[in-house]
Amino acid sequence: MPKDGGIGASSKRREDVRFLTGAGNYTDDINIHGQAHVAFLRSDIAHGTINSVDTSAAQGMPGVVKIFTGADFEAVGGMPCGWQVTDKHGQPMQEPRHPILAHGKVRHVGEPIAAVVADTLEQARDAAEAIVLDIDELPAVVDMKAAVANNDVKVHDDLTSNLCYDWGFVEENKAATDEAFEKAAHVTTLELVNNRLVANPMEPRVAVGDYARGTDESTLYTTSQNPHVIRLLMGAFVLGIPEHKLRVVAPDVGGGFGTKIFHYQEEAFCTFAAKACNRAVKWTSSRSEAFMSDAHGRDHVTKIELALDGDNNFTAVRTETYANMGAYLSTFAPSIPTWLHGTLMAGNYKTPLIYVNVKAVFTNTVPVDAYRGAGRPEATFQLERVIDKAARELGVDPVELRRQNFITEFPYATPVAVEYDTGDYHATMDKVLELSDRDGFAARRAESEAKGKLRGFGINCFIEACGIAPSNLVGQLGARAGLYESATVRVNATGGLVVMTGSHSHGQGHETAFPQVIADMIGIDESMIEVVHGDTANTPMGMGTYGSRSIAVGGSAMVRATEKIIAKAKKIASHLLEASESDIELKDGAFSVAGTDKSVAWGDVTLAAYVPHNYPLEDIEPGLEETAFYDPSNFTYPAGAYTCEVEVDPATGEVTIERFASADDFGNVVNPMIVEGQVHGGIAQGIGQALLENCSYDENGQLLSASYMDYAMPRADNLPAMDHYVVDHSCQTPCTHNPLGVKGCGEAGAIGSPPTVINAIIDALQSGGHKVDHLDMPATPARVWAAMNT
Amino acid sequence: MYNFDVETPGTVADAVAAMGRDEAQALGGGQTLIPTLKQRLASPSVLVSLSRVAEMKGVCTGDDGRLCVGGATTHATVAREATQYPALAAMASHIGDPAVRNRGTIGGSLANNDPSACYPAAVLGSGATIVTNTREIAADDYFQGMFSTALEEGELITEVRFPIPEVANYQKFVQPASRFALVGVFVAKFADGVRVAVTGASEDGVFRWSEAEAALSSEFSASAVGGLAVSGDGMISDLHGTGAYRAHLVGVMTKRAVEAAA
Ligand SMILES: Cc1cc2nc3c(=O)[nH]c(=O)nc-3n(C[C@H](O)[C@H](O)[C@H](O)COP(=O)(O)OP(=O)(O)OC[C@H]3O[C@@H](n4cnc5c(N)ncnc54)[C@H](O)[C@@H]3O)c2cc1C
Repeated sequence: MPKDGGIGASSKRREDVRFLTGAGNYTDDINIHGQAHVAFLRSDIAHGTINSVDTSAAQGMPGVVKIFTGADFEAVGGMPCGWQVTDKHGQPMQEPRHPILAHGKVRHVGEPIAAVVADTLEQARDAAEAIVLDIDELPAVVDMKAAVANNDVKVHDDLTSNLCYDWGFVEENKAATDEAFEKAAHVTTLELVNNRLVANPMEPRVAVGDYARGTDESTLYTTSQNPHVIRLLMGAFVLGIPEHKLRVVAPDVGGGFGTKIFHYQEEAFCTFAAKACNRAVKWTSSRSEAFMSDAHGRDHVTKIELALDGDNNFTAVRTETYANMGAYLSTFAPSIPTWLHGTLMAGNYKTPLIYVNVKAVFTNTVPVDAYRGAGRPEATFQLERVIDKAARELGVDPVELRRQNFITEFPYATPVAVEYDTGDYHATMDKVLELSDRDGFAARRAESEAKGKLRGFGINCFIEACGIAPSNLVGQLGARAGLYESATVRVNATGGLVVMTGSHSHGQGHETAFPQVIADMIGIDESMIEVVHGDTANTPMGMGTYGSRSIAVGGSAMVRATEKIIAKAKKIASHLLEASESDIELKDGAFSVAGTDKSVAWGDVTLAAYVPHNYPLEDIEPGLEETAFYDPSNFTYPAGAYTCEVEVDPATGEVTIERFASADDFGNVVNPMIVEGQVHGGIAQGIGQALLENCSYDENGQLLSASYMDYAMPRADNLPAMDHYVVDHSCQTPCTHNPLGVKGCGEAGAIGSPPTVINAIIDALQSGGHKVDHLDMPATPARVWAAMNT
Repeated sequence: MYNFDVETPGTVADAVAAMGRDEAQALGGGQTLIPTLKQRLASPSVLVSLSRVAEMKGVCTGDDGRLCVGGATTHATVAREATQYPALAAMASHIGDPAVRNRGTIGGSLANNDPSACYPAAVLGSGATIVTNTREIAADDYFQGMFSTALEEGELITEVRFPIPEVANYQKFVQPASRFALVGVFVAKFADGVRVAVTGASEDGVFRWSEAEAALSSEFSASAVGGLAVSGDGMISDLHGTGAYRAHLVGVMTKRAVEAAA
């Protein structure tokens, strides 16, 4: 029986009413009286020395308020990086200065060079066009391997090379890993590319800076996944504004996918310029600007080797990855190919020895940072592709090869520094094989072949580390921030309550799911609970939403705060009922004395808290409001198994996804409908990466895929029909270390699906006699056809 | 956008007069021109909107049996109303998305002559006639390479006249991002021969594949073109496919068009 409320109910997303009826309040909807607009003049070359930026003609143009260049920001900080990686020699990574406006040099197409603040946007754009740039173009560094091999052209002249760091993990295991390869009965090697992506949230980035001269307070409205992080980074490191003088508001946000985690120049600029101009300053990114200024994702070039013994047990994994950082370090960029990637290289398997080498490289391209899955899709893709290739080389069933090597005992400490608390990989594998009707595949393949098509079946397993994470652990790993989460629960006199959470919803449905948890804990209706998020002025310090952490970390903080509320409410109830506190039970929104029919309703207790006439004032304070900060003791480890069936048209190379099934273990699930939506969306993005999306630069550092004319997004008709697009989360091994037993579901789909699709395509091509053992993503018709015809 | 004036004439004569103003430019559905203006890549001083010129809108059958499509007729109208010429209607129904089809016009598409657009293949493949405010231009003389046509400065496409073939079909292999034609082939069989027009593929824009036309004129079957191939030289090579791939697709799409038409 589906529940109609509380944990486990598919409550309809209450926020959708406003989103779907045009009543949302997005950052671009915010207009402040007297606001001015900014137009950024951005570099159209990838690399060059700035000789001069002549603004004299632009200065006097109609409506111009003020023009800024790099020189105006010499006194303020550069854009900070929130994570420091230590290289394999124990040295800190190379960390270049990242100016708000380019100074001295431009380093990627799209880098802002000057900014014009004017009364209207069109006036700002007119004046920006009148700025005369004198830039000597330099050769661009685009190819990562060339950037490392050749030091002639450096992205940053003050660094020793284009290498940000050369990371070895676990360095102490390297010799043993190499030895295992020497002893291996079989070694499978694969070189691959994890394609660069542009996140493309539906809402582009927007920033509105405001300044109150009377109180010397700055406010930034911005499209952020984590307003407190922006307040801390921008206030402390860039502009030198103390937190109590700076408010950051991220109202309704139309999708983020990671790219709205980071602190961007435009945010700092609008905040700075609002004070400098004593006027609110607004910037709304155009889609074209988004392509060349939103942090990109992925972009790894990897060689992976898998060693097996004579019984097909995995004995070692060794990888070498070049990870593109772009021209500057975006906020969390260094952590993605290291701590969110190297630590995942065990996957679902009990491989005893693993060595991961990552070379992070500066190039004249847009900075690269987290994008849905962040590091974990890259890890999963290489591991699951090499396992599939090994199965083919050894002539064994890819399902059985995986099963044979599954981790089955938990907790399990991997050789790459993490400890999985729970999981059951056979269960999700069994489930997905059942859902996908693998047994019926041969018949379906025959049907496809009768139509002249090739059909392939792809299987994939994955593990992710989510709910990031313990502050003390990430601190050791180089994080410059904590990763707890917070919640304040404010109960009103009449019994309704508000949760002020540090988590941020940009489409995930927190306003619906969070109340379901509290409703269950207290036994009141979900409609009595409201969620407030996204404003540093009325939520406790929080770290925001990414890494599938909201319910696992933010939800846990909310549970802790609610437990405090209940504990206090019980004290009040025991006073009202004249009973011992230990005898008070809370059920269905009423406090009762165990073993009696005496009870008092939730509302009477909350009223007493604020109208404390009959109240134990000598023991407890009036009021009913509690805050909790929750810092988890470990990551959570969602895992799953996915299958995909594709058809390939051998005449054109076109791939269609006929069936897709996923069996995820997310631990406990609060709102199944929301979880299924997250997985459907994640898989769609993963299919986008596998078949369509490709952010591509030419050798001069020009962005070739700079609009939707060339950057292919997945659309509904690229996905299988819903009856063959099955997502399942019935396999549940609850997380052992958070109060809800939840693991997080936001990224799974995007992590698990790309290798599933490619494995299926390879299976299809092999069935047609084509000796293709790998295809880089996206597997466009042109690439598939070329692979079949070489 | 830069500033500009807008004129909304109600007749061809008024539209032609308005086009006489300094730096005037015709505005059809704006599906190509408006994005260009938004990116500040063009700066006309007057836009002459054709959307209210009634005599340039709609589909009808001429006395000679040809299908006449007004120069300001939207793709959606052609998709819905060109019932005498199903292959043309089907082609129009697969241009862009509903918003594009409800605004974009045949005249705009032909004036623009994007090398990946669909209409040029249909017009050239049908051997249609482009009628302007001053003259009639045969399709074979009209298309002059990528984004280049026989139109003179200020000349307006008022109508396009399509002879109706016995059978015809358009096969479009979409470019995955834009969903314009990566390669599109329009095949039309007339009593006196077959025409095959290819879009999306060549660096010279839409072209007729004469070998295929000859083969199909003597035998209208997929196998007749089975052994033919166009060269990859001079084919567009980009992110979405090499010249060799496009050349290969020309063959595949031609065969499929013949199969679908026959
Ligand atoms: C998202 C999207 C998808 C698309 N997909 C496709 C597709 O799959 N296939 C395809 O073929 N096209 C596609 N298009 C292009 C579409 O068909 C456009 O409508 C067409 O190219 C231009 O027509 P328009 O009426 O909008 O012209 P406008 O944009 O108004 O004008 C284009 C040019 O033609 C000139 N012009 C307009 N009308 C006339 C006239 N009557 N006489 C002389 N000059 C004139 C204008 O001055 C301008 O130079 C797509 C467009 C978009 C935005």
